Amino acid sequence: MILLSVRNVHKRFGGLHALRGVNLELEEGETVAIIGPNGAGKTTLFNLISCEDSPDEGEILLDGHRIDGLPAHLAAAHGLARTFQNGRVFGNLTVLENVLLGAHTRLHGLTDPGSRLAGSVLAALREIAWSIIQPRRFRRREAELTEEARDILSLFGERLIPRLHQPAYSLSYANRRRTELARALALRPKVLLLDEPTAGMNPTETEEMTEIIQTLQRRGQSMLLIEHKLDLVMAVADRVVALDAGEVLVSGRPEIVRSDPRLVEAYVGRRGAGHSVPDSAVTLQKQA
Amino acid sequence: MWDQLLNGLVIGNLYALTAIGITQIYGVAGVVNFAHGSVYMVGAYIGWMAIAWLHWPLVPAILLVLAGSAAIGLLVERAAVRPFARAGSTILLLTTIAAGLIMDNAAQIIWGPQTQALRSPLPQWQFKLGGGTVSFLDLFILAAGVGTALLLHLFLYRSRAGWAVRATAQDREAALQMGVDVNRVSSLSFAMAGAFAGLSGLLVGLYFNNIYPTMGASATLKGTTAALLGGLGNVPGAILGAYVLGITEAFSVEWLGSSFRNLMAIVLLIGVLIFRPNGLISARRALNPEPTAGTFIPHGRPLRFPRWLLPAVTVSAMALPLFLSNPYPLQVLAIAWVFGLMAVSLNLISGTTGQISLGHAGFVTLGAYASAILTSRLGLPFSLSLLVSPFLAAAIGVLLCYPALRLRGQYLAITTMGLGEAISLIALNWEGVTQGPLGISNIQPPGFFGYPIVSPAGMYLLAFAVLLIGVWVVHRLSRSHLGRALRAMREDEVAARAFGIGLARYKSIAFGVSAFFAAAAGVLLAHSYSYIAPDTFTFALSIQVLTMIILGGRDNAVGAVAGAVILIALPESIRFLGEFRFILYGLLLIGMLRFRPYGLFNSAT
Ligand SMILES: Nc1ncnc2c1ncn2[C@@H]1O[C@H](COP(=O)(O)OP(=O)(O)OP(=O)(O)O)[C@@H](O)[C@H]1O
Ligand SMILES: [Mg+2]
Repeated sequence: MILLSVRNVHKRFGGLHALRGVNLELEEGETVAIIGPNGAGKTTLFNLISCEDSPDEGEILLDGHRIDGLPAHLAAAHGLARTFQNGRVFGNLTVLENVLLGAHTRLHGLTDPGSRLAGSVLAALREIAWSIIQPRRFRRREAELTEEARDILSLFGERLIPRLHQPAYSLSYANRRRTELARALALRPKVLLLDEPTAGMNPTETEEMTEIIQTLQRRGQSMLLIEHKLDLVMAVADRVVALDAGEVLVSGRPEIVRSDPRLVEAYVGRRGAGHSVPDSAVTLQKQA
Repeated sequence: MWDQLLNGLVIGNLYALTAIGITQIYGVAGVVNFAHGSVYMVGAYIGWMAIAWLHWPLVPAILLVLAGSAAIGLLVERAAVRPFARAGSTILLLTTIAAGLIMDNAAQIIWGPQTQALRSPLPQWQFKLGGGTVSFLDLFILAAGVGTALLLHLFLYRSRAGWAVRATAQDREAALQMGVDVNRVSSLSFAMAGAFAGLSGLLVGLYFNNIYPTMGASATLKGTTAALLGGLGNVPGAILGAYVLGITEAFSVEWLGSSFRNLMAIVLLIGVLIFRPNGLISARRALNPEPTAGTFIPHGRPLRFPRWLLPAVTVSAMALPLFLSNPYPLQVLAIAWVFGLMAVSLNLISGTTGQISLGHAGFVTLGAYASAILTSRLGLPFSLSLLVSPFLAAAIGVLLCYPALRLRGQYLAITTMGLGEAISLIALNWEGVTQGPLGISNIQPPGFFGYPIVSPAGMYLLAFAVLLIGVWVVHRLSRSHLGRALRAMREDEVAARAFGIGLARYKSIAFGVSAFFAAAAGVLLAHSYSYIAPDTFTFALSIQVLTMIILGGRDNAVGAVAGAVILIALPESIRFLGEFRFILYGLLLIGMLRFRPYGLFNSAT
């Protein structure tokens, strides 16, 4: 079954045509990697899917419902969770609080946005009242979610569990990235969007992250993954979509995309133009 | 018609002189300088001293004003801006407010609180022009405005220093890399802006023939409005905005009455902030690019006390009336409890949610008026009104703030200030309901079931009880998932939204609950003063409450109450401090933000 589909999506920033008619589909349980040189439009595509921004043309469907143009907070309610390229943890919240925040939409309808004006006012008042009274049901839910947050964090072995109550700003960069992933998982997303989850990580840490992504795959998690590190892409992706200058250059099975000459050209062409070349392109060149 | 237009142009010129300074400072320092109006006021006083005391002719007086207010501008930069350059723009907003507070109150002490007459040494002749009268002073002001604008233009576009100013305004980091000494640029801009502001202050004094120590407040407001109309950072825009403001005001005074001058300015201010925050002439800005990692500002955590300490303090506070025969300390503490309630409620907005609100007095006013009207007009008993009025005030408060809640940082702060002003201006102008400037008197004393509370001990206990309820509720909220959501918004709005936190809803919740308890404080004060007027709770009160939470510690309820007790009790117990109270607040605000930004009751880690 097709979970997410992006149809003929365009996005412009002033004169810059950042996405030019991108199409993409994600099957349930599938992992699709999006690769491409700097500025190809990968993050822009994520911003559109997660409703952080809206497309100028085209449509995006999740589970058959159009989501493009929705306010960003409703995308979360539809089951989309993402990480950010540069990492955006809540610095002064503890690791545990960061992860619990990821479960914000799962507080038993309490955080339901409410439809229509009267509905949303009532929902907000109810939320205030519950938070003050804190009935047993409510406290039990909080406890369950806390338990679940610990489970999620134990995915990372001993990296985060001992730091449960430390503020996120005190963590190492890699640990912040892990916290961010844990936060996204706490939403129990239908589609998980990972924007360069291993950026800034050393080879050991990257290897660890690869294993974690594989664990998630085994659990049936559907995801879109932006990644420059080709080893990781080859290890986890069911399909690869290569973007260049806002267009899908090649897509298909990883080994086929990898050996496509157009891809190498895209990277090398960029280098000629003075852009930085990600390490994946170097690998690509060697293999080509 | 002609008269109004001319009048609007002259006033517009005066506004332009302040607005270009505000916009230029925003460009280089990234802050709306709330001390700007105070520099303007000091400029006016320097001119007044030169003219009225020293009997100098106008031109040397103006030169003295330019030099003196440039120096004051520099001083503001050195004391309140440069040390905080890295602290972020909302902190800078607070430090410049503090600098303004210090100057305004120092001026009251130095020159007295009374209005001083300032007679223009210019020739008094005037002539007719197309149905209006033009005076020599009008021409002089027009010439000064246009001349300044031309000089500034030449400076910005024809000189090397001007190029550096423009480069810094465009991109501070890039300018630094190109070898621009941004500190010098900053000093230069503050000095120039100060000089223009001082000149403007003097000319306004000459135009209206009087000056007074608090005249700066409206200059800041008008200058900021004009600068916003033109788009912050845009010098020609600010001049245009000043004319738009001046002419709009002149015509609304003509058509609606003179009390609408300020209301119109506030309406323009709020309107532009909500509908065109980047100014009338600029395009909509696209999504902000992603921040690079690692720009966290540690917030501090509440100090841990032994378990028994807080309950013990609470019980002793409750028992205090049993041991005190002197009513005076009880009266002071009762006020401190009410302020504590305001501080705890503001903390929800400014500490937990991280939005600076400069309009907290507005919520207090709403509560006070709601209760005064409900009890005296509709005969509601106090006990019921204490419950109903805060709900009413919270509903109105949220409704007013709602359109502004998508704004951030300084923009939201300035809007809240505007809304606070708007609320008291509405109270002033809606005479049928609020009795206008007369205010509402003979408000019944607080009481329950027919027993009035009049004794100091009774007031003390009532205030303390309401405070305890407020602290309890805010504490519960802040420890629930709601507190987490509010803090997440404070840390990173984009990430919070990506996880389902609708910003409008959760900011409304923070503002609503906050307004509720601020209004409850207003109810208590209205009934214990038995009288309220539109100017009972002012901008100064909003700043006072902000100072309390910065002193006690942001996002820390115990700290907020302690901050209130310190700031209320200290000036009362040390007599000579009374007069210097607001100077003390200003110094505390700057000093705390400089040396202990977490507050007294938070620790760094
Ligand atoms: N908010 C924005 N406003 C203007 N231009 C933007 C904005 N966001 C992205 N762009 C531009 O759109 C293009 C695509 O950017 P995007 O961030 O999607 O690239 P990317 O593929 O994620 O690159 P990288 O590998 O460097 O992360 C770039 O040229 C970028 O400068
Ligand atoms: Mg990117």
